[in-house]
Amino acid sequence: MFKNRLFFIFLLLLPIVGRAELTVEVVGGAAQQIPIAIVPFAAPNGNPAIQQDNITNVIGADLRMSGLFRVLETRGVATQPHMISEVKYNDWTAIQAQALTIGTVEALPGNRIKVSFRLLDVLKQNQLLAMEFNITQAQQRATAHRIADMIYEKLTGEKGVFATRITYVNKENGRYSLQVADADGFNAQTVVSSKEPLISPSWSPDGTKLAYVSFEKKKPIIFVQSLVSGQRIVLANFKGNNSAPAWSPDGTKLAIVLTYSANSQIYVINADGTGLQQVSFSNGIDTEPEWSPDGSSIYFTSNRGGGPQIYRMPASGGDAKRITFEGSYNVSPHVSTDGKLLTFIKQTPAGFKVAVQDLATGQVQTLSDTSQDESPSFAPNGRMILYATSVGGKGSLAAVSVDGRVKQRLKDSGGDVREPSWGSVMN
Amino acid sequence: MKKSLLMSVLLAATLAACSNNAVKDKPAAPVVDSNASTQAQSNAASSANDGASTAGANQDGASGNPLKDPNNILSKRSIYFDFDKDQVKAEYLPLVEAHAKYLVANPNAKVVLQGNADNRGSREYNLSLGQRRSVAVKKAVNLLGAQDKQIETVSYGEEKAGDCKDEACYQKDRRVDIVYDND
Repeated sequence: MFKNRLFFIFLLLLPIVGRAELTVEVVGGAAQQIPIAIVPFAAPNGNPAIQQDNITNVIGADLRMSGLFRVLETRGVATQPHMISEVKYNDWTAIQAQALTIGTVEALPGNRIKVSFRLLDVLKQNQLLAMEFNITQAQQRATAHRIADMIYEKLTGEKGVFATRITYVNKENGRYSLQVADADGFNAQTVVSSKEPLISPSWSPDGTKLAYVSFEKKKPIIFVQSLVSGQRIVLANFKGNNSAPAWSPDGTKLAIVLTYSANSQIYVINADGTGLQQVSFSNGIDTEPEWSPDGSSIYFTSNRGGGPQIYRMPASGGDAKRITFEGSYNVSPHVSTDGKLLTFIKQTPAGFKVAVQDLATGQVQTLSDTSQDESPSFAPNGRMILYATSVGGKGSLAAVSVDGRVKQRLKDSGGDVREPSWGSVMN
Repeated sequence: MKKSLLMSVLLAATLAACSNNAVKDKPAAPVVDSNASTQAQSNAASSANDGASTAGANQDGASGNPLKDPNNILSKRSIYFDFDKDQVKAEYLPLVEAHAKYLVANPNAKVVLQGNADNRGSREYNLSLGQRRSVAVKKAVNLLGAQDKQIETVSYGEEKAGDCKDEACYQKDRRVDIVYDND
């Protein structure tokens, strides 16, 4: 009965480099920031293909952006080592560095580049990391993000997220465009654009596809688009609204929301558009499904008890358990990859704010200092929460650490930005 | 005379076909199926139109189009809601009733009920809320005798909402708009 024929459309628009780029501004920081010195990497003179400053600057910007590091000024330091034999530790203890990063960039035959870096413990005077990358010219920025991730992981014990990507919708000059960018906002590319709204982008677990809702046919329908080929399929175009796609952790299915004639209810559908099955049955609104990381349950928003609250049910359907109890309006659930924390939007007397709930204890903390927040999603390492808000009457992106101490604003040069989602896969 | 009647039948059929394309409500997407159903519905629409040609004549009479007459309640097209609510408030019942009566008297008339929400909270929840609002109005209109085939519901959620910061502005966005086929 629910046989959904798929049709394939080749998008002429892909890839277009977006005009607008995001820049990140950090407010606040962790209580104890790790002081790190990064010596600009040595590089051959006069080779325009090599962006050694760029590499060093990107590593520094990434670490600074995390709020966990204090990146020290290195210009006044007497020695500027690039090899381990050149390091004089006293120079670095003098500026109170705890960690030191040095490195070199060299041109290789065939337009390739070798980037070498070392991370040193200034206090113990030993080497923590050493790594070489043989890359193309175009991979310099991505390599800098990888190096920042390695430094971050070595010194904090958590995985870094600098080499991941985010997606969001930019509205500019009456046009909506779904964009994918590096986690620091660079390399923004347009995935699809439309005169009608685009909402609810959702990453496939392997990071190669986006599911999203487009109003281009004057009603919400769900597409799944490959980021590799640009090809897309209609995942769901049933009677009524088709919205809120969420990939299962194994990437084989999506939870979606259909209305048919009246109430939004949750369905599960195979990633190729076959095998539609209804999993929620209520007289109210059930929407915003979100899989638990183990795939066994689905968190969702429902107003079955009056106002909207977050519930959890088995992924195959069945009894739903209410999860949020504080306040009369809690929406947009997203679960951390370890399954321990739930972030959502909570209506408070001071506005709509990003909140986080410990799923074991039920304890809730409101995190954001903004008041028109939407669409929170965890960074893959669970430390930051990316969300949409409004600043000066314009939609913009922001991020807040799960302890509320580090706050980032992602500033867009032009458009009205909304509907962010943080991808879980490394570049 | 006969010729103009034929013209109006064709026009109605065309409108029906257009509206069917605009608001696609088939479970499956394929264009082929959609064409087939358009064909079937056009036939149904033209035969229905034959029977109701008097109503059509009234509509085009010297009195003008009541839907456009600013002194007629039918020119009012928006029903407003409270925050996070989908109940049609008592003050809007006369408006709903007037449109229901018009639809009963004009069986070929068709409306789209467009549900909207203010821009606070979740876009997805607001999409669902807008849908419930449009369905609440549809139910009321149905109860008063308008037929299912005359009414489409659609939700824009908060996607058409203004850039609001206060209640006076928010309340204008929490509404269902009644849009006639030939508006």
